[in-house]
Amino acid sequence: MPIDVDALVMSNDRLSATCNVLKLAAPAVAAAARPGQFVMVKQDLAAAPLLRRPFSVFEVLRDERGDILGLSLLNQRVGIVTEALYALEPGERLRCLGPLGRAFSLGSPPGEAWMVAGGVGLAPFATLAEALRAAQVPATLLYGGRSKADLVYVDWFRRRGVRVRLTTEDGSRGEPGLVTGALERMLAAGAPPGMIYACGPTPMMRAVAALACRHRCPAEVSLEPVMGCGLGGCYSCVVRVRDERLPAGGRFVRSCVHGPVFPGDRIAWDALAGAA
Amino acid sequence: MSAVDLAVSCGPLRLKNPLVAASGCFGYGVEYADVVDLSALGAVAVKGLFLEEREGHAPPRIVETPSGMLNAIGLQGIGVRRFVDEVLPQLRAREAVTIVNICGTTVDEYAELARILSDAPGVAALELNISCPNIKAGGITFGCSLRGLTDVVSAVRRSTPLPVIPKLTPNVTDVASFARAAEEAGADAVSLVNTFLAMAIDIESRRPRLSNVLGGLSGPAIRPIAVRMVYECRQAIGIPIMGMGGVMTADDVVEFLIAGAAAVQVGTANFVDPFVWPKLLEGLTGYLARHGHSTVSDIVGAIDLPAPDAARAGREVGPQ
Repeated sequence: MPIDVDALVMSNDRLSATCNVLKLAAPAVAAAARPGQFVMVKQDLAAAPLLRRPFSVFEVLRDERGDILGLSLLNQRVGIVTEALYALEPGERLRCLGPLGRAFSLGSPPGEAWMVAGGVGLAPFATLAEALRAAQVPATLLYGGRSKADLVYVDWFRRRGVRVRLTTEDGSRGEPGLVTGALERMLAAGAPPGMIYACGPTPMMRAVAALACRHRCPAEVSLEPVMGCGLGGCYSCVVRVRDERLPAGGRFVRSCVHGPVFPGDRIAWDALAGAA
Repeated sequence: MSAVDLAVSCGPLRLKNPLVAASGCFGYGVEYADVVDLSALGAVAVKGLFLEEREGHAPPRIVETPSGMLNAIGLQGIGVRRFVDEVLPQLRAREAVTIVNICGTTVDEYAELARILSDAPGVAALELNISCPNIKAGGITFGCSLRGLTDVVSAVRRSTPLPVIPKLTPNVTDVASFARAAEEAGADAVSLVNTFLAMAIDIESRRPRLSNVLGGLSGPAIRPIAVRMVYECRQAIGIPIMGMGGVMTADDVVEFLIAGAAAVQVGTANFVDPFVWPKLLEGLTGYLARHGHSTVSDIVGAIDLPAPDAARAGREVGPQ
């Protein structure tokens, strides 16, 4: 059951000129959050902009004894809201409603788990990495950005035993090229993992889903459509999922309640904006 | 200080308080059942239903605009039969007072929907969606013509003993004339306003920001216009009004009541703050107590207008 808290900003770590990590004192939300779930945030309920914005729960924050202190958000300056979140100072507050949505399925994959992240699509993978580690599933992070400045928290994952493979489009760090290229090479080199998880730009997730399908490997993608409410009330965040029983071959489902995590082969990618 | 009783009558409909979740902004009610005590609301107006399931428009379906939002959902919905079988029992179990919003492409469809819902246990009233700006056939084509509105309201009136509440569009020159036509056709109340037909364009791509090109504007941006329209309709008709348009706070609820609304629907605010309902009830109770009123009806239409001469003078001050 989601709750709404007026969370204190504990810290704002500006990792680059465009990217920051906001640490929020929202222990009850953090304690209930499962990997892949999200929160809807807004600075002041009475102030503009009107609507909340969805963010993946990035880290679940704990003190030395392991008690949960809150959660963090991975933010990138792209618009009015993300600009304001970049500028927030410790001591200010942020309304935080959650946890919301369907989480990644963990099960017990027979082999490894690969996480494929593009840019701030890294956000859902910190909690997933910790859950995989707890389940003793060997994990690899394939993480791509345009340039080395886009790659953050790499050591965080390494410290938790995650194998990391980096790519940049300009070749400034890791392998040059797209992260999907690295995925393709890994799949060609050996046995596919038990599960591939992906989050990032829509064309990237589409390519990951196609590669996973070709190698008969289950995949889950975490979509990021525009959302109005996060609770299933407004019907704005729909994505088309395949359903062969229907004449249209698919139907719209609300990604806030049926997602944001979907099996990669369920998405009607041609119908998704920006997927080409 | 005497206790405040929030109960109101809206025609034949008795509500424990005047706050109603607005259709299209609250799913089928059950989506909010984890965070809102549905039995504590005056009523829940569920998302508009056709006879059949509807897919709705392709995304993007919403875009935020200054103090508001545009939507063009396209009435995606499960159809009336699945609603009756799957959702209505849940709403009954939650003790929600359920107003079912219905929409058709023909007058006969509205009548058929009314007949089906009249036989379903747990429906408190029918709200007639003759005002959705986002669909090509039906809906607003009836709501923008006095003849169309009269035909739909009369047909539904003949088909159901349930209270009939046409939901009026603001996208007409004179809303009050439509309210009068609804009253004459046998409506028990009217609800107003639906969203304002609007548009937003991405100037870089030069494409409309909604897949449907046009959408309906809601939120605080429309509130003063909605208040004006409720006020005008109150002067024109004797049946009760459910007022709505950008209500975010208890003060906004009170403003609509003073303008003449017997009940107030809350829409877009649910998206911003799903926990808004107890705050609205508490604020309304506090206002009534502070002003020495023991019932909501004490302030319905209780607007203190300037004397006619002063009002005329005031109007003449406006832009030439």
